[in-house]
Amino acid sequence: MEPLLQLRNITHVYPTGVIANNNVSLNIKRNTIHAIVGENGAGKTTLMKIIFGILTPQEGSIIFKGKFIKLHSPNDAINLGIGMVHQHLMLAPELTVAENIVLGVEPKKGKLFFDGDRAIKITREIAQEYGLSVPPEKKISALPMGIRQRVEILKALFRNAELLILDEPTSVLTPQETDMLFDTLHSLAKSGKTILFISHKLKEVKAIAENVTVMRDGRIIATKPAGELTENEIAYLMVGRNLNSRRIESRESIGDSLLSVRNVSYIDENGMEVLKNISFDVHGGEIVGLAGVEGNGQTELVKIITGLLTPTGGNIFVNSADVTHSSPRKRRERGIAHIPEDRMEDGVAANATLQENIIVDRYYKSGFSRFFQLLWKRITRHTNELIKSFSIRTQSPKSNISMLSGGNIQKVVVAREFSSNPDVIIAAQPTRGIDVGSAEYIHQLLIDLRDKNRAIFLVSADLDEILKLSSRILVIYNGEIVALFPDPSRITGKQLGPYMLGLKKQESLYQESLNGKAHS
Amino acid sequence: MSTILESIFSPDFGFVILRVTTPLLFASLGVAVSALSGTINIGLEGIMLVSAFTGVMVSAFTRSLLLALIAGVAAGVLLGMILAYFHLYLKTDVIIGAIALNFFASGITIFLLFLFTGDKGTSSSLRSLVFPEISIPILNKIPILGRIASGHNVLTYFALLSVLIYFILIYKTPLGLRIRAVGQNPEAAESVGINVNHIKIYALLLSGFFGAFGGLYLAMGYVSWFSRDMTAGRGFIAIAASTLGSHMPLRTLLGSLLFGSVSAFSIYISSLEVPSDLIQLIPYAVTVIVLTIYSGRVFSGKIKKPKELI
Repeated sequence: MEPLLQLRNITHVYPTGVIANNNVSLNIKRNTIHAIVGENGAGKTTLMKIIFGILTPQEGSIIFKGKFIKLHSPNDAINLGIGMVHQHLMLAPELTVAENIVLGVEPKKGKLFFDGDRAIKITREIAQEYGLSVPPEKKISALPMGIRQRVEILKALFRNAELLILDEPTSVLTPQETDMLFDTLHSLAKSGKTILFISHKLKEVKAIAENVTVMRDGRIIATKPAGELTENEIAYLMVGRNLNSRRIESRESIGDSLLSVRNVSYIDENGMEVLKNISFDVHGGEIVGLAGVEGNGQTELVKIITGLLTPTGGNIFVNSADVTHSSPRKRRERGIAHIPEDRMEDGVAANATLQENIIVDRYYKSGFSRFFQLLWKRITRHTNELIKSFSIRTQSPKSNISMLSGGNIQKVVVAREFSSNPDVIIAAQPTRGIDVGSAEYIHQLLIDLRDKNRAIFLVSADLDEILKLSSRILVIYNGEIVALFPDPSRITGKQLGPYMLGLKKQESLYQESLNGKAHS
Repeated sequence: MSTILESIFSPDFGFVILRVTTPLLFASLGVAVSALSGTINIGLEGIMLVSAFTGVMVSAFTRSLLLALIAGVAAGVLLGMILAYFHLYLKTDVIIGAIALNFFASGITIFLLFLFTGDKGTSSSLRSLVFPEISIPILNKIPILGRIASGHNVLTYFALLSVLIYFILIYKTPLGLRIRAVGQNPEAAESVGINVNHIKIYALLLSGFFGAFGGLYLAMGYVSWFSRDMTAGRGFIAIAASTLGSHMPLRTLLGSLLFGSVSAFSIYISSLEVPSDLIQLIPYAVTVIVLTIYSGRVFSGKIKKPKELI
C-alpha cells in the first residue's frame, strides 16, 4: 500500500547556519505507529515542524496521501488532516474541555451565538467514538496531565486528523498514564489513524512502535521495524557509541546529615496547601531521589530549600545550621548548590555571556573583583578552565549563552554549581531535555560528588534517572511524602506508580525511617 | 454634620451613586474586555476624553444627537484601533502606547477646543446637546427604589445594559470564547488556526467602544459641556475596578459601584469645612487602600484568587 506520508530529500538550514535536516527521506505507512528517536539537536523537532507547516524546508518535497503538498502554516496542515499534540499542551487553562475542543470551529446558535450545549454534545460524541472519556464541562486547570493530553488528542481528532504527531508525549505522565496513552494510540492505529511518535525513551519506543527511525546530526541513520532492534542497538545508533544504562550501586558508608528538612509546609497565594509537613534528611555520600508526578509540590520544595521561597512552617538545616530565613547567597556560602529545573528561567541569564553566567555567584569574591571593578582577565581564565574541565562546547567564553545548545547550557549551570565546592547539591530535573551524552556526563558528575561524601537531593520526573542514581527514594504526592524506599535496587518504576498517583500510601512512615540508616 | 448623614441615607444618595458610577462602569468594561484578551488597555482616559470632545463638538455644530453619538463612538473605536495598530503591528509595548495615547488625547482636545472656541478651559460658550433623561413608568411609582433608579440619563441605563451585553459577548459568542482563549494561552489559540492579532484588535475596538460611551456621558449627560482633562483619572480608577472584579461582568459592575459610591460620598461631604483638596483625594486614596487590602488578602491566602466567575 502507498505510504500516507512521504518525505523526499528534505533539507532545512536555520539562518544561523545550523543544518537541522540534511537530505531526509522517510515513508510513513498508513495505520502504523512510527517512532522517531534521536538525541536533542538531532533534528526531530525541526522535521515535525516541517510536517506540521510551522517551518518551510529549503529543499525537498512532501507527499501526503499521494499528492505533493506545500504547507505555509499549521492551518494548512490541519486542513489536510495532519494533527499535532505538542509537548507543551496547547490548551486554555480556564476554558472547559468542550470549549477547548471546539475552539476555532465553534458550533453556533443562529448566526451570532456560541452553542455551548452542542459543544458539550460534540465532545461526548467524539470521546465515545474513540473511547477516550473526558469530562466536557470541567475546566482544563482542574484536570490531571493525562486527561489534558487526552483532550489535546481529541482536539486533533475532532479536526479529522489522519496523521497524528505526538512530540514527547510521555514526559509529563506517570507510568500508568503512559500505559493508558499507549492503549489509546494502539486503538487509534487500529481505527485507521497513523501515528508519528517522537521520543527519546527507548523503552517506550520498543513498547509501542512498529517502525523506528533513528536520527543523528540532522540525518536519518536507520529506519527499521522495531522488532528487529534492541534497546541497546537503538541507543548505539542514536549516539554512535554504547551507553551505560545500568543502575549505579549506592555505597555502604553514609556520613552525617548535611541537609535536614523539618516539618516544612507551604500554603501558596491561592490558599492551596502545596506542601504538608515534609521532613527528611540527606546525608553525605548518598543521593536521595524524589519521585512524583510534576506539580505535586516538588518545585516549591526545591525553592524553599534553596531560599527562593519562604515556607509557611518548618525549618531547613544545612550542615546543622538553621537557614530557613537566610538569603540564597547565605545558603550558598553555607554550601548549597542548586541546579534549577527551569534552566533558562532560573539557571542562566539568557542574554548574558557564558563567563558572566559563570561568575554570577562569585563575582564579589576576591580574585574576581577589586573594589568596584571586575577583573575580566581572571574571569576569562577561570571560565576557560571550567569550559575545559566540563567539556562545554562553545566558540568562546564571551559567547552569548543562548547560542549554546540545551545540553551545553546545562553544563554551564552544572560547571558553576559544582565548582563552588558545595556540600549539598539540589539537582532539579538535571537532565531534562538534553542529549543522552550530556545527561550521562552529568550523572557521572553527581556520582563522583556522592563518592566525595557530598549530599545530593535529586528531583526528577524521569523515573529511570531516579532509579539509576538514588541511594534512597522518596515519593511525593499532593504535597506529602507518601513512600520511602530505602533500597531502590529492588524496585521498579511500576511499583512507584501507585504511590505517585496517590492510590497507595505507606502507613508506617516514621521519622526514623525517613532519616535513614545513620539514625536507626 | 447631621444633615450630611441624613442626605447620605436618603434615596437621592443612591441616585447619585448610579450617576457617578456610569462613566466608571463604561470605562471598566473597556478595561475588562481588553484585559481578557491579554492586552490590558490603560488608555481609557484618552479614549473617553476624545469621545467626549467629539460628541460635544458634533452636537454643537450639527444640532443632532444621533450624529454626535455616532461620531463620539467612532472616535473611541478609532483610538482603540490606533492603539491596536501601534501595539500589534509596530510592536510598541501596549502600556507605553496607551500612555502616549492618553497624553495625545489630553493635548489634542485642548488644542482643538482652543481652535474652535478660543477657550482652553471649557466648551461652555458652545450650545451643545445632552442625552435625555428617562423616567421609567411603574418603576418611578415605587417609593424608594423609584427615586434611586428612575429618571436617569439614557446612557446610565445603557451602562447597566452594557454589563449584560458584555456578559453575552464573552460567554455566549464565539468571539468571546476566542478572546478568553487568546488571553489565557495565545499559542493554543494560534495552534487551532485563530488569528491572535485579529482577536486582540477586536478586543481593543470593543474597549474603545465601551470607553466612548463613558466619554459621551461625561460631557453630554453628567455635565453639558467639555472641559479640559475632564475624565480626571476615571480611566485609571476603572483599571482598579475591573481588576477587583477579575474582569468578569457582574463583579466589574460591583467594583465600579464601589468606587462610584466613594466618589458620591466625597461629593456629599464637600459641604463640610474640610479642605476640598482633601475631599477630592478620597476616591484615589480609597483606590490605593482597596487594592492594597485586596492584594494583601490574595497573597496571604485568605481569599482565593478569583478565576472565572461572573
